Amino acid sequence: MRLEYTDKQNRFRAEVREWLREHVPREPLKSFDTEEGFAQHRAWERTLSTAGYSAVTWPKDMGGRGTDLVEWLIFEEEYWSAGAPLRVNQNGIFLLAPTLMEYGTEIQKRMILPRMATGEDVWAQAWSEPGAGSDMAAIRSKAVRDGDHYVITGQKTWSTRAVFADWAFGLFRTEEGSQRHHGLTFILFPLNLPGITRRPIRQLNGLPGFAEIFMDDVRVPVAYRLGEEGAGWNIAMATAGFERGLMLRSPARFQQTARLLAELLRRHPDRAAADPSLCDAVTQAWMGAEAYTLATYRTACRLAKGGHIGAEASTNKIFWSELDLQMHETAMRILGARGELMPEAPDAAGTGQWLDGFLFAQAGPIYAGTNEIQRNIIAERMLGLPR
Amino acid sequence: MDFTFDDQQLAFRDAIRKFLMVEAAPEMLREVWETHSGRSAELRGKLADQGLTALSVPEEFGGIGQTDLDWILVHQELGYYAIPDSLTDTAYLAVYLLNNMPCDLAFKRQWLPRIAEGRARVAVGHPLNPLVSDAEMADLLLLWHDDEVHALTREQVKLTANASIDMSRRLFRVEWTPSRDTRVCPASPGRELWDGVLNRGALALSAQLLGLTHRMLDLGVDHAAQRKQFGKPVGSFQAVKHHLADVAVKAEFAEPVIHRAAYAVANEWPQRATFVSQAKLMAGEAARLSARHSIQVHGAMGYTWEADLQMFVKRAWALDSAYGDSIFHKQRVAGQVLGVDARLGPGESFAGGIERPMKGIQYG
Repeated sequence: MRLEYTDKQNRFRAEVREWLREHVPREPLKSFDTEEGFAQHRAWERTLSTAGYSAVTWPKDMGGRGTDLVEWLIFEEEYWSAGAPLRVNQNGIFLLAPTLMEYGTEIQKRMILPRMATGEDVWAQAWSEPGAGSDMAAIRSKAVRDGDHYVITGQKTWSTRAVFADWAFGLFRTEEGSQRHHGLTFILFPLNLPGITRRPIRQLNGLPGFAEIFMDDVRVPVAYRLGEEGAGWNIAMATAGFERGLMLRSPARFQQTARLLAELLRRHPDRAAADPSLCDAVTQAWMGAEAYTLATYRTACRLAKGGHIGAEASTNKIFWSELDLQMHETAMRILGARGELMPEAPDAAGTGQWLDGFLFAQAGPIYAGTNEIQRNIIAERMLGLPR
Repeated sequence: MDFTFDDQQLAFRDAIRKFLMVEAAPEMLREVWETHSGRSAELRGKLADQGLTALSVPEEFGGIGQTDLDWILVHQELGYYAIPDSLTDTAYLAVYLLNNMPCDLAFKRQWLPRIAEGRARVAVGHPLNPLVSDAEMADLLLLWHDDEVHALTREQVKLTANASIDMSRRLFRVEWTPSRDTRVCPASPGRELWDGVLNRGALALSAQLLGLTHRMLDLGVDHAAQRKQFGKPVGSFQAVKHHLADVAVKAEFAEPVIHRAAYAVANEWPQRATFVSQAKLMAGEAARLSARHSIQVHGAMGYTWEADLQMFVKRAWALDSAYGDSIFHKQRVAGQVLGVDARLGPGESFAGGIERPMKGIQYG
C-alpha cells in the first residue's frame, strides 16, 4: 500500500489544472437538453479532445491519452474542481466505449471511437421499452436479418440524450420466439435513419432529456452489430457493470458537491445555529463523498493488478445515488424558502443550481438499474441468498 | 498510488483467520464468558504462538516490528471472531506507548520482551474511556494523569468491577494515587502519546467493528437461507434480502475508510485525527445497522440467548462507544469539515492535504 501520488501523477494533475484554467468556459453553458446548449456542449467536447482530454483512458490513436485509471481519477478531480461543463457524451464515452473496447471489432473501434472522442458523434442509450424497464429481459423490439442488414421494428423509451444525439445503442430481439435474455443482440444505429421517429419526453425540470424512439422497418447494416448475434444480454450486462461500477459517476463529482455544501452552510451561519443537525448532515455528506472516493481508488488499483469488478458494482450504485440525494436534500434544508427558486429566477442569487441537482438526484436511485434491483443483485450474488 | 495490501500482509491475515476459525468457535467464547476472569490463558498462549503479541514489538526487544497497517487486518479478524482478550490493549496500545515513551531503557527491557512472548498483560487507562479494560489481570497498568503516563502494578491500585452488556469485556473503575515514583513520562511528550493511543484505539475498534459487521451479516444470511416460512427460505423475500444488502453496502464503504485511516496513522499524516474519526463513525454505523438488521432477520431467535448472534451484537454495541463515542468523533470530523480553511473536495483525500491545526482536546 502506498497512498501517495507519484511525481508523474502530480505532473499530470498540474498539466490538467493548467489546461482547464485556460479553457473552461467563463460563462456556464446552457443545459445540454436544449438545442443551443447541446451544440455548446458538443463544441466543448471538441475542445477537450484537442488535448486528448475527452477520454483520457483511451489509447492515443483513438483520441485519448492512454492513461491508467488513477490518472483518470486525477483528471476527474481537476475537472470537477474547475467547475467544467457536464459531459454530453458520457453515455458513449463511459458506457458504450468500454464495452466496445472489449467486444468491438477493430473496424468498429476505428469507425466509432475517434468520432466519439471529438464529439462529432454524440451517443444515446436505448435500453428501456414501455414494457421493459427494470425487467430489461422483457424487450420486444425486433431486428430481423435481411441479407447484410437488420430490419428493426419496435419502440424504445426513456432514452437519455436521444432527442439531439446522433447515434444510439440498444438490445433487440433477433431470434423469433426467443424468451427473456436469450436471442437478444446488441446493435448500434444512427438516429437519423429512415423509419426512425423521435418524440421528446420532458423530464422533471421541463426539458426534453429523454426521447421515445419509434422504429418502423429501419434498415441497419449488420456491421453495426456489437458481438455475436444472440450474445446481446451478456454484453449489455458488461455495459451495466461499467455503468454502476466505476466510470459513470466519478467520485470527484460528489466531493465537489460536499465542498460546495460546506461552503453553503458557512454562508448561512444563522441556519446552522438554528438547527445543528445541518452541521451533522454536511459532515455526513463529506464522509460519504470521501468513502466513495476511497472505494473507487481501491477498485482502480485492484483492476490495475488484474482484478475484476463483480457484484460490488451494485453497492457503488446504491451508495452514490443515496449520497447524492442526501447532499441535495441537505442543501434544500439550508436554503429553506429560497430552495424552490428556479436558477433563472432573479432572486435565486445563484442558489438555483442546488434545485437542478436536487431534481437530478431524484433519478439516481432509478437509472442504471433501480436500487431495488441492485439490492437483489447484492443479496443473491454477493451474499448468496436464494432467488 | 497503490490502495492494495501486499501478498505477505494478506497471507498473514489469512493465516490468522484460519487459526481463529478453529480456535475461537462460539462455544469456546461462551465458556470464556462464564469464567470469572473472562480470559483464557490457553487462548492467550495460542495468540502468542501466532506472533500476535509480538506484532509491533521492535525486533531488538524480541518482536517482529510490524506497523499499524498490519494490525488493521488482524483487528478485522479479531472483531469477526469476537476474541475476548486484552491483546489490543497489551500488544498494540501499550506497546505503542512503551516504544515511544522517552523512559529509561531498563523499563522497556523489562516489559517489551515479556509482552512479545505473551507473558505479560498490560492495561491502558485512556481518559476518554470512563473505565479501564482488563485491569484485574494486568501485570502493569499504564494510566493517564494530566497528560503524564504513570505505570503501576495491580497492588498499587484499587479496582471495582463493572459488568458490561458485552460479557467478553472486563471493565474496572481504577482508584490510585499519582506520585513521582509512578510517573514514567512527563506531560510534554505524554500529551502527544495519549493522542496516539486514542487514534490507535479508535482504529483498532473500527476494524473490529467492521469484522463484527461481517460476522453478524454472515449469521443473518445463514439464518435467512435456512429458516423456512410460507414454504420457502425467508431469505428469498425481497424485504429480508434488502435488509442484508443494506448492511453489505455499509461494510463495503467503511472498509477503505478504515484502511486509509490506518495508513494515515502509520505515516503520521496531518489529517490523521479526522480520518480516524471518520473510520470509527462509519464502522460504528455499519455495525449498528448489521446488529439491528441481523436481529430482525433472525426473527424471535434474534432475541434469544441461545442464538450466537447475541455475542457479536453486544460486542458491537459496546465497542461503538469505546475510544470516543460518536459525539466525540463527529465533533472531530465536523471541526475539520466545517472549518473556514477546510481542505476538502476533489484531490484532498490523501497526503499533501494540510490540515488546519486542531485545537487540543482537553481530557479529564
